[in-house]
Amino acid sequence: MTRAGVVVTGLGATTPLGGDVASTWEAMVAGRSGVSALTQDWAAQLPVRIAAQLAVEPSEAIDRVKLRRLDRAEAIALVAAHQAWADAGLVDAGVDPERLAVSVGTGIGGAMTLLHQDDILEASGARKVSPHTVPMLMPNGPAAWVGLEMGARAGVHCVASACATGAEAISVGLDIIRSGRADIVLAGGTEAVIHPLPIAGFASMRAMSTRNDEPEKASRPWDKGRDGFVLGEGAGVLVLERAEHATARGARIYARLAGSGITSDGYDIVQPHPEGLGATRAIAFALRDADVAKSDVMHVNAHATSTPVGDMAEIAALHAALGEHPVLTATKSMTGHLLGAAGALESIATILAIRDGVVPPTINLDDPDDGLDLDVAAHKARHMEIPAALNNSFGFGGHNVALVFTRP
Amino acid sequence: MTRDEITAGLAEILEEVAGVNPDDVAEEKSFTDDLDVDSLSMVEVVVAAEEKFGVKIPDDEVQNLKTVGDAVSYITKVGS
Repeated sequence: MTRAGVVVTGLGATTPLGGDVASTWEAMVAGRSGVSALTQDWAAQLPVRIAAQLAVEPSEAIDRVKLRRLDRAEAIALVAAHQAWADAGLVDAGVDPERLAVSVGTGIGGAMTLLHQDDILEASGARKVSPHTVPMLMPNGPAAWVGLEMGARAGVHCVASACATGAEAISVGLDIIRSGRADIVLAGGTEAVIHPLPIAGFASMRAMSTRNDEPEKASRPWDKGRDGFVLGEGAGVLVLERAEHATARGARIYARLAGSGITSDGYDIVQPHPEGLGATRAIAFALRDADVAKSDVMHVNAHATSTPVGDMAEIAALHAALGEHPVLTATKSMTGHLLGAAGALESIATILAIRDGVVPPTINLDDPDDGLDLDVAAHKARHMEIPAALNNSFGFGGHNVALVFTRP
Repeated sequence: MTRDEITAGLAEILEEVAGVNPDDVAEEKSFTDDLDVDSLSMVEVVVAAEEKFGVKIPDDEVQNLKTVGDAVSYITKVGS
């Protein structure tokens, strides 16, 4: 029996670069930074006072009363999902709910709600804690809300694999369609934890950039001056669809999700394997799963978060698994690190790179690390034919996910 | 406080918590059937009403408050 092909027919996102996919992609190709200073009072006492905050608040798309019962991560997942749904032409398409599933993950979940309600508990007592607290903070909340609003009845899933979440959620969506359980899966990730506690926690790990005086230059993957990642917030959702289903309804097809590879390092709870062994295996598995030749993979949207160790471990993995021909980029140089949404946003960037034949730039790569011996689209977008491309995502816990997209 | 003043106060809470149009709030209206206030929002309405009117509304009393008028009567009774 031949395996079902899976294609991407809709995209949605709200990011530090724009409130939708079109504005985000335009800013990305132009090399604009979404990082800015945190001017909130609470930021003053923190070692890190920069972040990549949403360009458009969810209140622009969702009414006040509804927002009261949504964690910010849930709200933006809904914004992205509705965009993707409309983009795929599904609003009036009569989708069979029993053939529709959701796979939307989050790295941290409703931490903003948890912390806010804890403040209320401390200040005013248990009776004042919102009855919406639990459905707002539960990590499966974003997936559940998307499923509720779109009427999905073939299963709603929340993957949590830290910074690999978005990519792993897409991989789960691929598996669901291949298994025959659904024809359409809304898949992606969401994250909104720009709050003093998560920032303090990451900062205590010395994982974040403290280039507070130059926010737009703080995220600088592979540059010698990199000093950690910049926290971002946002959501990205893809409509994955069984290829025959998409063709039968005459859907516009962005790309094929040809394959995925997932491994775990088994090495350290937060450090990546220094030689990127787990990442190398994930990429190799993804190529085999996709039945795509290395030579066709002309572009890689790298995980590259701007941390000293992680960036170069990935270079080692790419060398080992692919060779020297692909053109790399690190779009986190512009978007910051969206944690559980990163893999979803970067999959969208990878898909649009294939469609438009353009690799978005890696900004701030002024002084490349001595070990960087692969071709990076530094500073400016690179126009080129891209038959197939790879998106890497890795996460605390030793999660490695590689996704292969190809032209339709 | 008159019954009308309490009804107006409840209307403010219902608008804030559940997005109910204040013009729709009247004593004969049912919270769930007419005003679409679900069970979690009803909890918020009760807590906000306790604060606004300086009363205690025990959980086992809430199930008896089917209509806005029921709530007005209860608040009038225990608040005086």
